[in-house]
Amino acid sequence: MTETPIDPAIDPAAERQLLALDVNGTAYEVLCESRRTLVDVLRHDLRLTGTHVGCEHGICGACTVLVDGRPARACLMFAAQAEGARIRTVESLSGDDDGRQLSDLQQAFRDHHGLQCGFCTPGFLMLAEGFLAERPDADRAEIRELVAANLCRCTGYQSIVDAIESCATARRAKEATEATATDETPEAAEATGEER
Amino acid sequence: MSTTTGAHTPDGGEGPLVGRSVARREDPRLLTGRGRFVDDIALPGMLHAQFVRSTVANGELTSVDLDAVRKVPGVIAAFTAEDLDLGDITAQLDRPPEEFVPTAMPVLARDRVRYVGEPIAVVVARDAYAAEDGLEAAKIGYAVRPPVTCEADALADGAELVHAQAPRNTLVDVALFATEGIDEIFASADCVVHVETRTGRQNALPLETRGAVAHWDDREEQLVLQTCTQVPHQVRTVASRCLRLDERAVRVIVPDMGGGFGQKCVVGREEIATAAAALRLGRPVKWIEDRKDALTASFLAREQHYDVRAAFDAEGRILGLDADVVCDMGAYSCYPFTAGIEPLMAAAEMPGVYTVPAYRVRGRAVTTNKAPTAPYRGVSRPQYVMVVERLFERAARELGLDPVETRRRNLITDFPYTGVNGITYDPGSYLESLNLCEQTLRDEGWYERQAHATAAGRHLGIGYSCFSERTGYGSTAFAQRKMEVVPGFDISEVRMDTSGAVTVTTGTMSHGQSHETTLAQIVADALGLDLAKVRIHQGDTDRVTYGWGTFASRSVTVGGSAVRLAAGKLGEKLRRLAAARWDIPWEDTTLGRGRVHRHDDPAATLTYTELADTAYLKAHLLPKDMEPGLTATASFDVFNDGTFSNATHGVVVELHEGTGQVEILRYVCVEDCGVAINPRVVEGQCRGGIAQGIAGALFEQVTYDAQGEPSATSFMDYKVPTAQEIPDVTVQHLETPCAFSETGAKGAGEGGTIGAPAAVLNAVNDALRPTGVELDHTPVTPETVHRALRRTLERT
Amino acid sequence: MKPAPFRYHRARDTEGAARLLAELGDDAKVIAGGQSLVAMMNFRLARPRHLVDIGGLRALDHLGTDSTGALRIGALTTHHTVETAPARRLGPGFDVLRAAMGWIGHLPIRTRGTVGGSIAHADATAEWCLLAVALDAELHTHGPRGPRRIPAAEFFFGSYTNALDPDELLTEIVFPRPAPHAALTEFAERRGDFAIVSAVVDLDLAGTEVRGGRVALGGVAPVPVRVPEAEQVLATGGSFADCAAAAAAAVNPPDDANGSADYRRRLIGTLVRRACEEARAR
Repeated sequence: MTETPIDPAIDPAAERQLLALDVNGTAYEVLCESRRTLVDVLRHDLRLTGTHVGCEHGICGACTVLVDGRPARACLMFAAQAEGARIRTVESLSGDDDGRQLSDLQQAFRDHHGLQCGFCTPGFLMLAEGFLAERPDADRAEIRELVAANLCRCTGYQSIVDAIESCATARRAKEATEATATDETPEAAEATGEER
Repeated sequence: MSTTTGAHTPDGGEGPLVGRSVARREDPRLLTGRGRFVDDIALPGMLHAQFVRSTVANGELTSVDLDAVRKVPGVIAAFTAEDLDLGDITAQLDRPPEEFVPTAMPVLARDRVRYVGEPIAVVVARDAYAAEDGLEAAKIGYAVRPPVTCEADALADGAELVHAQAPRNTLVDVALFATEGIDEIFASADCVVHVETRTGRQNALPLETRGAVAHWDDREEQLVLQTCTQVPHQVRTVASRCLRLDERAVRVIVPDMGGGFGQKCVVGREEIATAAAALRLGRPVKWIEDRKDALTASFLAREQHYDVRAAFDAEGRILGLDADVVCDMGAYSCYPFTAGIEPLMAAAEMPGVYTVPAYRVRGRAVTTNKAPTAPYRGVSRPQYVMVVERLFERAARELGLDPVETRRRNLITDFPYTGVNGITYDPGSYLESLNLCEQTLRDEGWYERQAHATAAGRHLGIGYSCFSERTGYGSTAFAQRKMEVVPGFDISEVRMDTSGAVTVTTGTMSHGQSHETTLAQIVADALGLDLAKVRIHQGDTDRVTYGWGTFASRSVTVGGSAVRLAAGKLGEKLRRLAAARWDIPWEDTTLGRGRVHRHDDPAATLTYTELADTAYLKAHLLPKDMEPGLTATASFDVFNDGTFSNATHGVVVELHEGTGQVEILRYVCVEDCGVAINPRVVEGQCRGGIAQGIAGALFEQVTYDAQGEPSATSFMDYKVPTAQEIPDVTVQHLETPCAFSETGAKGAGEGGTIGAPAAVLNAVNDALRPTGVELDHTPVTPETVHRALRRTLERT
Repeated sequence: MKPAPFRYHRARDTEGAARLLAELGDDAKVIAGGQSLVAMMNFRLARPRHLVDIGGLRALDHLGTDSTGALRIGALTTHHTVETAPARRLGPGFDVLRAAMGWIGHLPIRTRGTVGGSIAHADATAEWCLLAVALDAELHTHGPRGPRRIPAAEFFFGSYTNALDPDELLTEIVFPRPAPHAALTEFAERRGDFAIVSAVVDLDLAGTEVRGGRVALGGVAPVPVRVPEAEQVLATGGSFADCAAAAAAAVNPPDDANGSADYRRRLIGTLVRRACEEARAR
């Protein structure tokens, strides 16, 4: 390692690029070295520190974000590769403007003690958010397989699986109720109401 | 708690908060990406440090040339040990030289390197990328010496010495106990069984690696060191000594922490070097350990060798234990625990939950050219419990007895019980937990399933482990270890403001254990307050009087008691203040719902805000004997041997013939940690601990090649198990309250990790029974199991 | 674990990518999904001076069957696209590919990792390399000396080395015929890890009768290998167990930290048999 000096022809400072990134629906412009990974740009250039870094080689998943709606490792992408994509981070999950109101998924993690130290949590949240959008019907075995994508050292995973499963179940129930509600005529809805 | 009534609970319920699984106070910020971990900190002008590390395991440093480093674009500075001139980190035991040899761990290696990854120089650059560019330009000269890479190397005659002052590479050698006549007991016993076990070197592996941000604050004339540590005050002590500053001039602040598990309860060299660089440059400096360094150059643990015999009578009653324990502690003693941490724990505690009448033990720590070790969740107990539980299984087999029944005959049932190791065990549910655990697996039909599977040629095994875990070590218990610095007590301050809200300090340091919630539950109950009105402060040496941090499952037992006592004192002050207003004896009042109530007139109350108004804003109205303000401080220590949590784990595994894979089909944990402040948090600790125990039993290991090069440099090689490998775990609670902690709670942080390897290994060996092969070393890999299974396949 | 500096180039089209590669020569590396390359760069085990990003080449992101019944996969198609492809694009004859995707890392790797990237990276245990060899895929490339079509059997030279010239781009992977009775299976200590051993079996069935088939293994040599000895057993009406035993006997697997040669040989026995059974059931 000591025998390979930095190539003087590639001065990192001279390799800076102006990037246009779409993160959580906001357009950002970032001037950075081309070698900066997406996760470093999110955290240190955009100061969106909710996304964490755990291994920088794609195994632990603490840096998982959504790229065009799908979970991806932000440590295995250079920021330059993210131009033109819609990036979502944990900061976007909450429904309200100041980002403090918990979404149903976040609330499920809280209800099921799906986090202890909380370091891996944003990665798991984004993993589940992307997955459930595509697979709202997933069963527990499939959720467990999904959860195996990321590492957690605190929980033993069971409560994370519980949280995601309960969120999926609740979403399905809500959807079923809404579907029933829209199917019914106002009169029918009233009638049902009286029966209750 | 008898003085309070009707605390408001967040879920709108009534009654005490202790014992309820209230939602965690920590969660909202952590779930929304608003936590603040050390790498989230950014200060104006902040620079980034990385370390030039040794590429050889053992050798003299002949040259450290950083000239080219300093010319790398973006590099601001680079420092050698000579440049920084720092004091060494030396951990001490008060033991004679034949029992303990200290090692001076330099912050940066000076003339000798002792493991691959040892820090030699610190490079500071405008960002982490440039810092790493700088590392590549360092020119380090070594005179390579033969590495000592294992216990056998270390103890060999004429071995290369890792530290010149430590003959036979032995840092600790203690013969803690030797019951008179033990040889005769073994000679005349009906049954003597032997277990030799080697356990793999592991990494505690918090998902957040170590790290620090240091800067000098001119206004406070203080070095501010923000670092993820379990022991902030101990880091302050070492930093002030190494940097030759008054301790007052160092402030250690701990942000949110992404786990620790022991790896962060020792003082690291890098955080001190980072602080030194910040002082030298007059600019904030951040160091974040990358994963490669965390895997190879951070503190490791658990590589031990047990050679243990047990004597039994014909009815399966244990007569004696004779143990030799050697722990491979790597290159240096960690501060403050020393290389004695593992051998002393094993030697002191090994008899565990059993009535062992005779005991002899020798515990040694050897030093090798490997990354040094730190305590890791459970410290030696996962290993010696595994050894003792294997001994019971083996004896039962040899005597033709049922292994569970054999345990029953030997469990401590009369409490308090003073063991052959001089420890007095407080009441627990050793027998009850074993019975419930076994009954659960029986009721679920696992014994029938095992019989059917065996008949069908499959390999199902059922295994148990019974164990206790000493928690709530006070200074008395730690003093027995003869540490030079003796941890134990905790101090807490409770302060109420004019709005009736309280701020509570604790010397413990949560890194996932939910103290902001559980300690607040205790205070809210003690004061009859809403949980939302209680805020816990930890991890700031300027805010917290003093503390020993969080390790050894001490926080709720010791820290929780200090918090409870301080809250009780404040409660008394509130009652005295109210009583003075009413002109009644203060004993005739109670606290509840944020008010002081009169016994004789339930309608008459004074709110805390009314009382605080007097205490702060109308002090002229205070009774003459009362000081202004509403604060109270209390400390708590344990003056006996501590309190023992206990549990039984029951595991069912299936071994797959074609691959040797061990599949865990069922995992039941029956635990007793006394009063569970927050049962869901306790279950989380159990499950997480069990996952780490399974990891040690089946997956994780750091190995070194003959040159002392660590093999696991990535998560491809260091196999942390995922949700596919870790099973769901059923946790059942028993409750034997601790008699002397203020809440009745015992510790719950480590038990899961302690019990899992033994139960898993016993289950694997139960499944292997027809083969005649017994596996006693961990991790048990699929290849090992496959080889064992083949013995029978090839025989039949 | 920060990569060494490099110059970033974004290709607009296949021609442009080829031109860039020709200009930059040996110092350039193509990045597609980057799921292996970026990790290696973060460790500084790979340190290209120039990175040519082909991620925007929409033309290389396609999947479908042509008029000859061959399945054509654009090099930039992700594993996840294959895994979730509707039947009209990935017919039942290629179920083996869809099912095999579950063995590649985990979801967040599969959403970014590409078929072409995996094959060009040429890891000996990679699923796509094994599938390509087992199912006689043809690898289409584009370079300054014109397009080439390289049979998978001739593509892999060794661990991480292959027939691609430095200025040549892998554009398409063509599986020439359906493999309705094929299966991939593998074993690793943790699901999602690189396999210790992996196996693909592609059976020729007449009804339920086995007429013959292809057997290929990963993790036993520097490149994925076909095992004629095992195929011979299938062709001559031997049992799956015999086929598996023949496969285990025929190869000389490596001995390393992930498994001894002996253990690997035993895994081959298990996995080939399992793949045979899964292939027949498909």
